[in-house]
Amino acid sequence: MRRLQDVEAPPVLAPAPRPVSYLMDGTTVMSWLNTRDHKRVGVMFLASVLVFFFLGGIFALLIRMKLLLPGPFLFDALTYNRLFTLHGVIMIFFFMIPAIPAAFGNFVLPLMLGARDVAFPRLNLASFYVYLLGAALALWGMVHGGADTGWTLYTPYSSTTPTQVLPILLGIFVVGFSSIMTGINFIVTVHTLRAPGITWMRMPLFVWSIYATSIIQVLATPVLGITVLIVAVERVGGFGIFDPARGGDPVLFQHMFWFYSHPAVYIMVLPAMGIISETVCAFSRKNTFGYRAIAFSSLGIALVGFLGWGHHMFVSGQSTYNNGVFGALSMVIGVFTAIKVFNWIGTMFRGAISFTTPFAYICGFLFFIVFGGMTGIALATVGLDVHWHDTYFIVAHFHFVMVGAVIMAFLAGLHYWFPKMFGRKYSEGWGLVAAALIILGFNATFIPQFLLGNQGMPRRYYQYPAQYQALNVASTTGATLLAFGFVIIFIYLAIALIWGKPCEDNPWGSKGFEWLTASPPPTSNFEGTPVYTQAPHDYRSHEPSGVYRG
Amino acid sequence: MAETTVQAEHGHSAATGQAGRGELAHHFSSIERQSEALKLGMWLFLSTEILLFAGLFCGYSVYRFEFPLAFQEASRHINLTLGTINTVVLITSSFTVALAIHFVKIDKQKLAVFCLALTILMALGFLGIKSVEYLEKFREGAYPGKYYRFEEVRIPGAAMYFTLYFLMTGLHALHIIIGMTVLAILAVKTWRGAYGSDYYTGLEMGGLYWHLVDLIWIFLYPLLYLI
Repeated sequence: MRRLQDVEAPPVLAPAPRPVSYLMDGTTVMSWLNTRDHKRVGVMFLASVLVFFFLGGIFALLIRMKLLLPGPFLFDALTYNRLFTLHGVIMIFFFMIPAIPAAFGNFVLPLMLGARDVAFPRLNLASFYVYLLGAALALWGMVHGGADTGWTLYTPYSSTTPTQVLPILLGIFVVGFSSIMTGINFIVTVHTLRAPGITWMRMPLFVWSIYATSIIQVLATPVLGITVLIVAVERVGGFGIFDPARGGDPVLFQHMFWFYSHPAVYIMVLPAMGIISETVCAFSRKNTFGYRAIAFSSLGIALVGFLGWGHHMFVSGQSTYNNGVFGALSMVIGVFTAIKVFNWIGTMFRGAISFTTPFAYICGFLFFIVFGGMTGIALATVGLDVHWHDTYFIVAHFHFVMVGAVIMAFLAGLHYWFPKMFGRKYSEGWGLVAAALIILGFNATFIPQFLLGNQGMPRRYYQYPAQYQALNVASTTGATLLAFGFVIIFIYLAIALIWGKPCEDNPWGSKGFEWLTASPPPTSNFEGTPVYTQAPHDYRSHEPSGVYRG
Repeated sequence: MAETTVQAEHGHSAATGQAGRGELAHHFSSIERQSEALKLGMWLFLSTEILLFAGLFCGYSVYRFEFPLAFQEASRHINLTLGTINTVVLITSSFTVALAIHFVKIDKQKLAVFCLALTILMALGFLGIKSVEYLEKFREGAYPGKYYRFEEVRIPGAAMYFTLYFLMTGLHALHIIIGMTVLAILAVKTWRGAYGSDYYTGLEMGGLYWHLVDLIWIFLYPLLYLI
């Protein structure tokens, strides 16, 4: 078969010069570090969160390696405690919370709204540096010995243990400001910078999910801030607010901690759901099924997500009445999630599905969110939770919905927007291989942990009885597969970034609003003011979703 | 923090007939839209401040419920006179900030700067009185947490009262210092003519922040001094 470039090109008029892309508009290091461009801030966030994902992943692998044997192995118990603490802190506060909103949200949210930038570009850049400062504090603590409290930092242990809890606390406190800045910026952007034609009911669903996420970020993060601040002064000054030896109440700490940290799981998963809402349309070539249901269920999750924190304390001495209310409210969130899942499947139904890498991750996402979500409903029933509390069952549940679902969506978004961000295409074949490996690896890692937890193996223990070894070995094998999958992704994306062929502006033929402009977009995002004439992802018409004015 | 973003980015700015005040950033369609965005951002920021203090108010409620007698007894041992004077000082300072905004709206920048200076003076007075109160407590040994050795109140829970007293008023004092700094910057900008009847968003937001700091005190005062 003759290839396209072998054919003698017919004489054509010189194409209109492409605008200078944001990547080429200033190539010095300072032009990146001092940028106000939301796209560059997004790319810098993406690079940083990937570094932390790598770091957290290394810790996870070390933990899994130790657990190959029931007895002492590789390192001592204190190191083990430090490793699972750092794994949790890094993955939650420095990877998952900023991953989708700060990296992809920053990059595509203004593009989806037809805006030239976020509302406060300087605040946006500041949020990146505040994130780095928080990360530096936490890393400093890690280098100087790390903490051994677990990422939940429960008092009074966290206020008395001799390990380096203070820098970790300050790191979490500081990185919270970055999260708040991002949240405020996005809410204001959505309210004030929508292009003509984008009414509230025509906003891309990713924007709706980021909007709901931002509300949680703004309203929940300050409570975590004051909580870790109190623990910090407690460590330094012996204030004793959460210390029972001084009349304090450790359960109050748990309430305040989970008042943030439970909604925080929706900071992680709502943007993931937003990515799925976008990609499922693009790869099914069909408009959204149940647009309003998906949009409002995001707000519903944001609202009810604030009312479920008590389900983390079923065995902490809460009243039975509290337990019942918190359990029931937690199940309501399952209803909103189910609404979304049905609508995504409804979108696929009778669509023209192209089974690309992002679509493989959509399938993975649906499996993990349904399976993980069902175990969540089970855990919300108090009686069952008492059995599974603090066992590997909870670890597996959390990793299914957070690591499974969120990483699936993160990878779907990464592959879907990779051409948008860098104007290059990755290798689709390798993409599918890696996707298969990762989905398989996840299941192999965490299904054994469900079984282990149900058999009663507690989490965070350094040693375990020999009867649990077979399942632990299976889990470690799965984790290794998973790691291989990520290595493959890293290699082919790096190759695509450096040697990949430039692709056209809209390689997916997607009618998401962000694809109206060039890929990669110019610094000012659009050549003029875009006016959107259609709803997002309306594949019935073959016209572009908007036109330029001026 | 937020008011600095008023200045234009990227050099695309074009003050659309706004007499050079309040430059329009390239990504906003009009100066009104930009002011609207800044105000919304400010209100969101204020909500985070309220939630930051909410954690401490929540702690206060829990321990007040747990140690009602100790809290009653301990709150009689702090200086009600100084606390009341401070409340009056702070409420007056909120009034002078509101006056400053009023004067800027009618283009009387010098009077506005005078009002802002008065506000900052009162803030300094507030901090001065607060430190007198703190020193008095330290002399008596009413330190927070494990350092508590105040002989007059030895009921369990009294130490918790003073821990909360120092945490809440301390965090509030930190906000006073931040607010003073913001108002000082705004006073300089007003002096240089950055705000006038056509544009005063930055000053308005500084005022909002100051009112919030004041408002938090209005809750702290009865909780710590009166009941």
